[in-house]
Amino acid sequence: MNHFDVGELRSQFPILQQRVNGQPLVYLDNAATTQKPDSVIDAIANYYRNDNANVHRGAHALSDRATEVFESARQKVAEFISASSKDEVLWTRGTTESINLVASSWGGQNLSAGDRILVSAMEHHANIVPWQMVAEKHGARVEPIPVDADGSINMAAFVSLLDERVKMVAVGHVSNALGSINPVSEIISLAHGVGARVLIDAAQSIAHWPVNVAELNCDFYAFSAHKMFGPTGMGVLYGKRECLESMPPYQGGGEMIETVSFAGTTFNKLPYKFEAGTPNIAGAVGLAAAVEFLQGIDRTAADQHETQLLARAEQELDALGGYQIVGKASQRVAVLSFIGDFAHPQDIGMILDKQGVAVRTGNHCAQPIMDQFGIPGTVRASFSLYNTVEDVDRLIAGLAKAKMFLA
Amino acid sequence: MTEFGVDVSAEDIIDTLGFFDDWEDRYKYIIDLGKELPALPESARTEQNLVRGCQSQVWLDSSLKQGKMYFGADSDAFIVKGLLAIVLAAYNGKTPTEVNAFDIDAYFNDLSLLSHLSSTRGNGLKSMVERIQAEATEAL
Ligand SMILES: Cc1ncc(COP(=O)(O)O)c(C=O)c1O
Repeated sequence: MNHFDVGELRSQFPILQQRVNGQPLVYLDNAATTQKPDSVIDAIANYYRNDNANVHRGAHALSDRATEVFESARQKVAEFISASSKDEVLWTRGTTESINLVASSWGGQNLSAGDRILVSAMEHHANIVPWQMVAEKHGARVEPIPVDADGSINMAAFVSLLDERVKMVAVGHVSNALGSINPVSEIISLAHGVGARVLIDAAQSIAHWPVNVAELNCDFYAFSAHKMFGPTGMGVLYGKRECLESMPPYQGGGEMIETVSFAGTTFNKLPYKFEAGTPNIAGAVGLAAAVEFLQGIDRTAADQHETQLLARAEQELDALGGYQIVGKASQRVAVLSFIGDFAHPQDIGMILDKQGVAVRTGNHCAQPIMDQFGIPGTVRASFSLYNTVEDVDRLIAGLAKAKMFLA
Repeated sequence: MTEFGVDVSAEDIIDTLGFFDDWEDRYKYIIDLGKELPALPESARTEQNLVRGCQSQVWLDSSLKQGKMYFGADSDAFIVKGLLAIVLAAYNGKTPTEVNAFDIDAYFNDLSLLSHLSSTRGNGLKSMVERIQAEATEAL
């Protein structure tokens, strides 16, 4: 039976047991990257200790074992996101590479002059720039879907932007800068209504609740292992089979080919067509361990726990005064983005760091929305399931001190 | 307002910061140094003088008078502005040769502030130091 006990969970994360600047570490930068449980760290170490070999080369026992763990990881991830087949799960370096793969391969094939790509105004740069690059090549345009002052997508404006020249709608499931949860189901069906494809940037949602890509009916779904308790350098691109089958390869090299000759080369089948070169085998092993970690906890309870932390943090921040929350969409994950009216976000972040509280400050790679709000950036405290009420209280105490210092 | 490098030298800063032993006093002092640093006039906050950091912005204005280099600097963040004052205390009023000979890493290490200087994108401080060094080389 799954259960949720934050103390017990926390003890599985060795990095959280340390002191920083003389204080027990309070890690509230989970939207940037989550920490790793022992099970993930051990899985990677054990892979290198016991099973390391190149995959899909056959010929010896170790290689067979490495291939087995590598491909069973793919199967595990396919089940985790409810993909209909493991052939629809491509390994990448992360969300960024997943989006670049689609922009370059799908975009190169499907975009022509006058076509439009819609992205929300609060996207991460990773879900803007690859589209701009491919759009420029093909004479297409990238247009922002307006975001309201509360940090939610303006759905009426989205609907009015849709027409048959829109070929791709690329939106985040959750905004990394503000925490807003976007109504992706609605966005997907509206976009499909005009024949557009939809890519969901799931970097910030994957750790928060179970996903079912088949039900969502998105065409592409991208996420990073490192934001869901897995290793860096490892990511996933889910794509519908019909899309992936017709797309040209992204990079050329070993693994992705069937036969090579100077007369011509034929490409491998899915998913290998998109995986040139020796893959990140240890990364896949670590990601599989992260999936198992998530499957072992009561995710509804974890989500409730995070929501409670956010509510407490919001309430205490309000009581403190001098700080304003940025982004108040009614649906949000446990991300608290805010500014102080007395100092730059960076000042606040530095004073928190001195007190052992790790947050992120800056524009969070989402400069357009910061420009829209007329601010240089925010302080962002992002919570994960291993954070505690004490962490919230340390954050607030740290912010009280920052105010005293800087105001 | 204080002229850093003239009224307050690098040695003064090393002495004062060395005197405090808790971080709060140290940071209060750094913030105060920033407040003492004259603001750059709007006319000097040009695109050309802008040194981009990932988070906060830094402006650097420089001039050469009778063979000596003088710098003005500004930032939109208090602590960074204090760190700028600390940098200018080391460089202002020196000849280009002296600027290039100055070991800024050792200085920040003595102040236990090296992490601020070595974070490449964080605060624009490192980019500013690199720009000062490049200008000194050009003026040689
Ligand atoms: C919403 C969003 N998209 C994309 C990315 C890029 O992810 P990665 O750097 O792991 O490729 C991030 C990471 O910060 C993100 O938050």
